[in-house]
Amino acid sequence: MNLALKDVRRQLPRFVATAFGLGLLFAIVLAMGGIYRGMVDDAVLLVDRTGADLWLVQRDTRGPFAERSVVAGALEARAAAVPGVAWARAFTTVTIQRELEGKPFRATLVGLAWPEDRGGELPLVAGRALESVHRELVADTSLGLALGQRLPLGDDTYSVVGLTRGLVSASGDGLMFLSNADVLRVESYQPPEAVRLRRGAGLADDAAAPMIAAVAVRVAPGRDVAEVRARLAGWPDVSVSSTDEQRALLLSGVVDKSRRQIGLFRALLVVVSAIVVSLVIFNMTVAKTREIALLKLMGARLSVVVRLIVEQSLLLCGLAYGVAVAVAQLAFDKFPRRVAVEPVDYAAAFALVLAIGLVASAAGVRRALAIPPTAILAG
Amino acid sequence: MPSAISAHSLEKTYGSGEGEVRALRGVSLEVASGEVVALVGPSGSGKSTLLTSLGLLALPDTGTIRIGGELVVDAGVARGDLAAIRRSRLGFVFQRSNLVPFLTAVENVALALTINDVDARDAKDRAHALLASLGLGDRSSAYPEELSGGQAQRVAIARALAMDPPVLLADEPTAALDGPRSRDVMMLFRRIAHERGAAVVVVTHDHRVLDAFDGVHEMDDGILSERRSGAAHA
Repeated sequence: MNLALKDVRRQLPRFVATAFGLGLLFAIVLAMGGIYRGMVDDAVLLVDRTGADLWLVQRDTRGPFAERSVVAGALEARAAAVPGVAWARAFTTVTIQRELEGKPFRATLVGLAWPEDRGGELPLVAGRALESVHRELVADTSLGLALGQRLPLGDDTYSVVGLTRGLVSASGDGLMFLSNADVLRVESYQPPEAVRLRRGAGLADDAAAPMIAAVAVRVAPGRDVAEVRARLAGWPDVSVSSTDEQRALLLSGVVDKSRRQIGLFRALLVVVSAIVVSLVIFNMTVAKTREIALLKLMGARLSVVVRLIVEQSLLLCGLAYGVAVAVAQLAFDKFPRRVAVEPVDYAAAFALVLAIGLVASAAGVRRALAIPPTAILAG
Repeated sequence: MPSAISAHSLEKTYGSGEGEVRALRGVSLEVASGEVVALVGPSGSGKSTLLTSLGLLALPDTGTIRIGGELVVDAGVARGDLAAIRRSRLGFVFQRSNLVPFLTAVENVALALTINDVDARDAKDRAHALLASLGLGDRSSAYPEELSGGQAQRVAIARALAMDPPVLLADEPTAALDGPRSRDVMMLFRRIAHERGAAVVVVTHDHRVLDAFDGVHEMDDGILSERRSGAAHA
């Protein structure tokens, strides 16, 4: 006879309602972890997608992801000429915020090294890769653009020819892929009046010597990456970093504060959850004072009483965990930023929830052990 | 006839100084198997203290208690696992039935068996048989809130009898019942005592049922009077 289950059955609606509320709390704990994982995934997505071994960036900067980097467009050709380099591609990126159909529209433009890279390796969910170097783009579905939609940028209008899903920047902005040339056009666009003023002041035209953010370099198979890196590092106008170093820069710099913030918030939520479960179990124990006293008076072993409390605590937490998983499955996809919850996260959360259940039952058990059997005689 | 339960020279004092209350003053009592005795007396006379001492719920300061001849309390000190003794050798009935509200009648009775490691199915079978023998066969699936006061008290008695204990201790078991039902319960105690050979000790204020006892002890200010026959009090 399982006393814990039978007691729960008596107060099922209240128990389920409590578990539901607790489940929402656990769902937030789960979401916090998922948001962090999503943030990491988003942060390194572009670095990983490029497939480069080395990055050439503006001298003494940690760009192009962690900070701004500007190098001459000609650097691409210089790098490509280095022995041992399989390919070198200009990397351009710029974040824009415009107004589209009366609403703020924020996106990160990423340049594709036309004609070698037309976006054929992008995970398209609809449409196609670029077929023209100008006025075509591939957009992420998170931007809310439709296939065939026309988007004015700078002095041109671009057509959405392909759609991806889940490709966002470290800031969570949806990515739009255009040719490098188009990204530079958008970035350097000046209205005609501004161009006239610059020329009148004797300043050079921005478009005359295009500047890019970085150059991604792939070392040829069989060639020593360190050797190529050492050669590139000898150039006085650039700094060289590996892809792993770029990842580390992002994770230790851009993401680190968010990670700590989320970690602290998550720890607080875990503590709050444990306190809530403790209070619920404690109150349930107090409500069973007579039954516990009766069990003791009848000579029941303490393990019977302890099991009653601990099993109810675990049951409550288990049910709440089920609610949290259901919420995760149903709602996390609808969050504005990626919430990446892996099976290992679910397993860890389950272990955490069980631990909370065990720790939280301590207060109830302590209370139960303090109830004298004579309490049943108190009337 | 051997004593099912006996107490010798029990002393119990609560508090100290001016607030000191001597609840038991050298109380001695012997109840034989198959015997039903009553403890009567005014409130605060020490009846409940004596019952909790006999039930090994609160130990006396001094004195000895034997159950079935075995010394379980010596000079106010427990000899052995009192919870285990309560579990298997003592049955309790209270003024209120004190049934576990989330268990059915049969589960309440079976509880006394399962905490003694009796197999759950066997416990339920025995509980069913016990309820049937007390005339509650058709109420075994009812929850306490669905039972009348008399029915609930009989379920409580069935629970107390589940392990077939040699000693049954009852604290005001008829206080919440009307006259006929009080008599029913007392007759049930007599039947249990005679059929099962249990010693039954009942604390009561209910003078309507004193004739059902084999003996009546009166307590006053912690002192237990000599035993008289139940009929003499009726």
